[in-house]
Amino acid sequence: MITGLFNDWVVIVLMMIGFYIVIAHGNLIKKIVGLTIFQTSVFIFYISMANVKGGSAPILAEGIKLYSNPLPHVLILTAIVVGIATTALALALAVRIKEAYGSIEEEEIQKKDNLDC
Amino acid sequence: MKDLFAVIMLSGIYGLLSASFFVAMDAVDVAFTEASVGAGISTLLMLVAITMTGRTEHPVNHKPLLALAVVIVTGGLLIYGTLDTPYFGSAQAPIHQHVAPRYINDSMQEVGVPNIVTSVLASYRGFDTFGEVVVIFTAGIGVLALLSMVYRPRVTDKDTGKDTVDIDTFNDSMHEKHLILRIVSKILLPFIMLYALYVQFHGDFGPGGGFQAGVIFAAAIILYTMLFGINTASRVINLSLIQILAATGVLIYGSVGLVSLLNGKNFLDYSALSTDPIAGQHLGILLIELGVGITVASVMVIIFFNFAERRESIHGVENNAENCSKENDEAQSAKIP
Repeated sequence: MITGLFNDWVVIVLMMIGFYIVIAHGNLIKKIVGLTIFQTSVFIFYISMANVKGGSAPILAEGIKLYSNPLPHVLILTAIVVGIATTALALALAVRIKEAYGSIEEEEIQKKDNLDC
Repeated sequence: MKDLFAVIMLSGIYGLLSASFFVAMDAVDVAFTEASVGAGISTLLMLVAITMTGRTEHPVNHKPLLALAVVIVTGGLLIYGTLDTPYFGSAQAPIHQHVAPRYINDSMQEVGVPNIVTSVLASYRGFDTFGEVVVIFTAGIGVLALLSMVYRPRVTDKDTGKDTVDIDTFNDSMHEKHLILRIVSKILLPFIMLYALYVQFHGDFGPGGGFQAGVIFAAAIILYTMLFGINTASRVINLSLIQILAATGVLIYGSVGLVSLLNGKNFLDYSALSTDPIAGQHLGILLIELGVGITVASVMVIIFFNFAERRESIHGVENNAENCSKENDEAQSAKIP
């Protein structure tokens, strides 16, 4: 029984690692890395749902009866590429913040903002 | 870990590992994408970003106990939530009962493409994929808007009317030094591009398609840029042409949809493209995969070039500033005696 849910738990552990990095670290680049880990854990969750025991990759061929579910594969395939595009946008924002504030540490940015008010 | 370089290298390794996860779980198309994106392009972009934002993380003052508590509680609740979910690999799970049987059983008659992932991506859920391509295109525009404000000073030779590349910056770049790397990658480059084209056009029959091919093609161009410097690369690659190409990809996709609309069918219904429905499907999938590939490749190249140009311009400014301060110091020290 326990091994049947093992995939979900791996996903949750990875997801929580990413979540922890996002909320506990002040460095923006590290936050982005944390978000990437979070994102990948969701990918693994979807792909593990699509898996069928004894099935093969969803490419039709002679003599194969059982295939994995192709729908989550499609969703995640596009999500990965969209993910890198949005990560690039986040990195671009971090670069601009560095130029404007001279730092990408959350606390220092907040201090500068308070000084301006 | 305070060294961001190590953090990013580790996340690249993590990307490659998760790609092998995906192979183990029969998702070859996804693994393909994750290997080229997670281990390749995302690592590169993050490395370029930390050259601009600094390499070390400052220590945090507050204690992480609260964050840890939040994470543990959330994780515990999620694990409690999983207790009802179907087991790994079970064929009776609800997810396998809904639309998947139709895709697996009927896609050969309806679309005629052996790779089910491609037929779902490009035909059954073509509208969805169109949205994704638009999102990628928008992200490219966003990066362009954020980073392309500063223009690199370029020396123009008015007599010949040609751009003369700044020889100093060219020689300064580390690209001049690594002879073996340069020669080996010069040999590899055509094969990488050829492979990208194979992935692009063979996506109907095996793992592959526009998304993967676009990323691989962009990786080839980025490799060239990294080894030979951005000045050399921008002689080969016209950035404004690439920007037009990014829009052209979306346009190809959208106009295939419009053609079927004008022929009285639904948006992106490829059977309108030819008298034989299966041939129409083949043509439609080929065209929209081409559109996807062009957009993805050009957006990736645009993103990388904007990061690299930004970096070059910042470093140029810094070098000038250093030179100025050095000159000032020398002037002052000359005055002192």
